[in-house]
Amino acid sequence: MVRPSIYLDHAATAPLRAEARGAMERHGDMVFANPSGAHRASREARTAIDEARDSVAGAIGCAPGEVVFTSGGTEGANSAVLGAVRRHGGTAVCAASEHHAVLHCVEHVGGEVVAVDATGRVDLDHLSSVLAARNDVSVVSVMAVNNETGVVNDLAAVSQVVRQHAPGAVLHTDAVQAACWLELAPLWERVDVLTLSAHKFGGPKGTGIMAVREGVHLEPLLMGGGQERDRRSGTHNVAGIVGTAAALETTVRDRAVECARLGALRDEMTGRITAALACATETAAGAPRIPGTAHLCFEGIENEELLYLLDLEGVCASAASACASGAMEPSHVLAAMGIPRERVRGSLRLSLGHTTTAAEIAEATGIIVAAAQRLATAGGPR
Amino acid sequence: MKVLVAMSGGVDSSVAALVLRDQGHDVTGVTMRLWGGESDTGCCSVSDVDDARRVAQQIGIDHLVFNFSEAFDEAVVAPYVAAHVAGTTPNPCIECNRHLKFSALIERARRLGFDAVATGHHARIESVDGRRRVCRGADENKDQSYVVHMICGADLDYVVFPVGTMSKADVRAVAARAGLRTAAKPDSQDVCFIGSRTGRAGFLGSRMEFHAGEVRDESGRAVGEVPAVELVTLGQRRGLGLGGGDKRYVVAIDLPSRRVTVGGDEHLLVGTTRVVGLVWPHADDAARVAEVLVQGSAHGARAGARVTLADDGAEIVWDAPQRRISPGQSVVFYDASDTAVLGGGIVAG
Repeated sequence: MVRPSIYLDHAATAPLRAEARGAMERHGDMVFANPSGAHRASREARTAIDEARDSVAGAIGCAPGEVVFTSGGTEGANSAVLGAVRRHGGTAVCAASEHHAVLHCVEHVGGEVVAVDATGRVDLDHLSSVLAARNDVSVVSVMAVNNETGVVNDLAAVSQVVRQHAPGAVLHTDAVQAACWLELAPLWERVDVLTLSAHKFGGPKGTGIMAVREGVHLEPLLMGGGQERDRRSGTHNVAGIVGTAAALETTVRDRAVECARLGALRDEMTGRITAALACATETAAGAPRIPGTAHLCFEGIENEELLYLLDLEGVCASAASACASGAMEPSHVLAAMGIPRERVRGSLRLSLGHTTTAAEIAEATGIIVAAAQRLATAGGPR
Repeated sequence: MKVLVAMSGGVDSSVAALVLRDQGHDVTGVTMRLWGGESDTGCCSVSDVDDARRVAQQIGIDHLVFNFSEAFDEAVVAPYVAAHVAGTTPNPCIECNRHLKFSALIERARRLGFDAVATGHHARIESVDGRRRVCRGADENKDQSYVVHMICGADLDYVVFPVGTMSKADVRAVAARAGLRTAAKPDSQDVCFIGSRTGRAGFLGSRMEFHAGEVRDESGRAVGEVPAVELVTLGQRRGLGLGGGDKRYVVAIDLPSRRVTVGGDEHLLVGTTRVVGLVWPHADDAARVAEVLVQGSAHGARAGARVTLADDGAEIVWDAPQRRISPGQSVVFYDASDTAVLGGGIVAG
């Protein structure tokens, strides 16, 4: 009954890259030892991690000593925001469109949330005034790329504002959605802490990277054996780290080609959908966006219904984030952008990635148009 | 048949899904997320969703979660609070059935191509004199026809109650035989959005203002006090600060002057009751209804009456005087055999 899936949810998680699987298979079986030990088996594991660290540092443009391996994007964001406030006190600041891994931390410590403009980019004037009004800001967190819309923030401008008005603050960027699409070195240049999640670029789940600039101090979230130069305790996930490095290497190697290829497919898909459906609009179409994400709002349609029909036809897509029960939550990102509730209810994210083919996009586009047309004809919700 | 089963995570809807699957239908389970706030009871907690999903996995059907929390707020929670402000006693479970389960969910199921919506209610839908009608469930102690009485028109051909012909004991036995994790799960009793720790007063207290009230007897003598006149219900006996003595009941509540009157239960008796918000299973049922049995609460007794239509509602003329039913409560009209639902309405304030 069920067709083979067309997977258009790469921004949620990407299929494991063959290079990552291969690296983990090689190391997972052979290099089992605890890298912190004092024997030959440990040294072998230690070597694997050291090589992975060098490779990751190369991809980011930072020094190997600035790379901290974590359990993922959420740990990275928590470490940056909570770690800065616990170490330095003061106020945390972030943009209203941040991922919950940042936003909830900032709210938890009673920080300030800065407005975004209609495209979801941080409002630089508001950021300036918030920073200028307080002299105790210890951390500012602005994402490189929004996970729902794919809109790219101007980190150079953000950095300028932060350095001018809060020179002592740690500037963190959640670059989880950037790795596949943007050169990381120019982002790293602008910030003090940059965090990544491996599974978003075809690495394994449960691993991540936090680049922390030399001389920047964060209170560690996890204390224990003092691994990662006391910045992140816990026995190293050797296979995960090796897989992360392999996936990132491949991502960087293919990035330019994939950006061009997938950007063209994305534009073809959104062009056909918006041409076929009067109710469909592309979100933040004029703003700088990564090539892999298409974000659309279908007015008069409930995205839960659209997702169901797409799922029935084998198309895996997503709306906003799901709550603990699995129900779709209304998007805080779109709300912060000032998009009316009726359109938010009909929002859909289609995210392309390394496994996406032109044939899949052609087929998925037809399925999406047909499903949306069917719901529009059915009268939609009251 | 492609059936969407509303699965609350309880045993009845678990068995409803199982029965339909065993009958060979193409079954999909859905849990409606209704209440977004904190609660520890009812059908909205994450552990109930887990139970529904695990049962669906076990019996091999797909499970979805639909977020209806905004519509629930609008159609159930806000009117519940507003009714207390106005001094009436609403039934939120009926309003949820009216606006969510047998309205929004049905509409969505139709749009998505389902042939039917099923729930785990203990009620039946059968042809009575050639018309589809909600009928009492086979287990008279568990009968829920009262809370689903508003299903009407084409929906009577669309809704399915797979456990309506079973006793509760049978339902649990079927669940136990199939090894379902919900087999011994206790029935939910309370309003799903009201936690047992805070209760109705705690829930309403953060959403409306309470006013202390004076309790008087029929002669006008002050005999007690209540902390929140908005929480007093007609016929209430306890919590009035009356001490001992004769059994006295709330016989009148005057919200604007914050006065509660108590008296013997003979003062609660009325000969007629006005109802509004009438629902009829079929459009011309209104013209046909006359002699009926009326039920005024979820498991209440029925009383014979004649229903006469008035401009914006109807008047129930009781065969014998009856205790007053609180404004806001639903009344349901059954046929002479006390089986089939003929219509219903809400007691006027």
